[in-house]
Amino acid sequence: MAVGEIRVAINSDQDIVVARQKGRVMASELGFSSGDATLIATAISELARNIVSYARKGEIKLKGIHGSSQIGILVVASDAGPGIVDIRQALRDGFSTSGSLGLGLPGVRRLMDDFEISSQPGKGTIVAVKKWRQ
Amino acid sequence: MEVPILKQGAFLIATFQAALSDADLNQLRMGLVQQVVKFRSRAVIVDVTAMDVMDSFASRTLREIAHMIRLRGAETVIVGIQPEVAFAMVQLGLTLEGVATALDLEEGLAYLNEKFKITN
Repeated sequence: MAVGEIRVAINSDQDIVVARQKGRVMASELGFSSGDATLIATAISELARNIVSYARKGEIKLKGIHGSSQIGILVVASDAGPGIVDIRQALRDGFSTSGSLGLGLPGVRRLMDDFEISSQPGKGTIVAVKKWRQ
Repeated sequence: MEVPILKQGAFLIATFQAALSDADLNQLRMGLVQQVVKFRSRAVIVDVTAMDVMDSFASRTLREIAHMIRLRGAETVIVGIQPEVAFAMVQLGLTLEGVATALDLEEGLAYLNEKFKITN
């Protein structure tokens, strides 16, 4: 399936809307159900919001991917912000340092199938999530 | 993007659009509370039928709107949360505790009319 790669620069709350709309379109093009496209768009919204809240700017990359027998979507949120000192704590429900709900990362993990995070304090954060088509 | 706020008797009806930014939501929050004061409204119906994503910020804003309006002595009913959006909200761990919800605008109006004993 020829769905390429889309990069959305995240610099403001407006870009959160752009990123999740593009994600929904790509998910539909990849053949995801409308319900799954909603889960993917919601996850993108949370990841983009984390960028705006904690790092101010960054990027969301969207890509169609092929597994061994499946088609999926890869969403990579990256920023050069302050990074996360305690990732385990950030993945716990209810944790937040910016006064938001603090449900972002654990929630995103539940919305998607695969979840990877790497972060270096002072250097930035990369969150890569995948969802596979049913 | 402006959110239209319609006055319907003692109630206000705000209809959310699909692509509201955080700034739009903040503006709506202030706008709604001001209108409730201006029209001495008894209740506000927030119609989110068109919203295709309800993330943590949007649901927190809805809860805040409901709390602010309650402090004014009026009530808020959220109507039209789509099944897929409801599913995503549950997965994300978002709740609208303490906020009344109804299936759609019609049900929301019926609920409020019953509550305030208004007969049309």
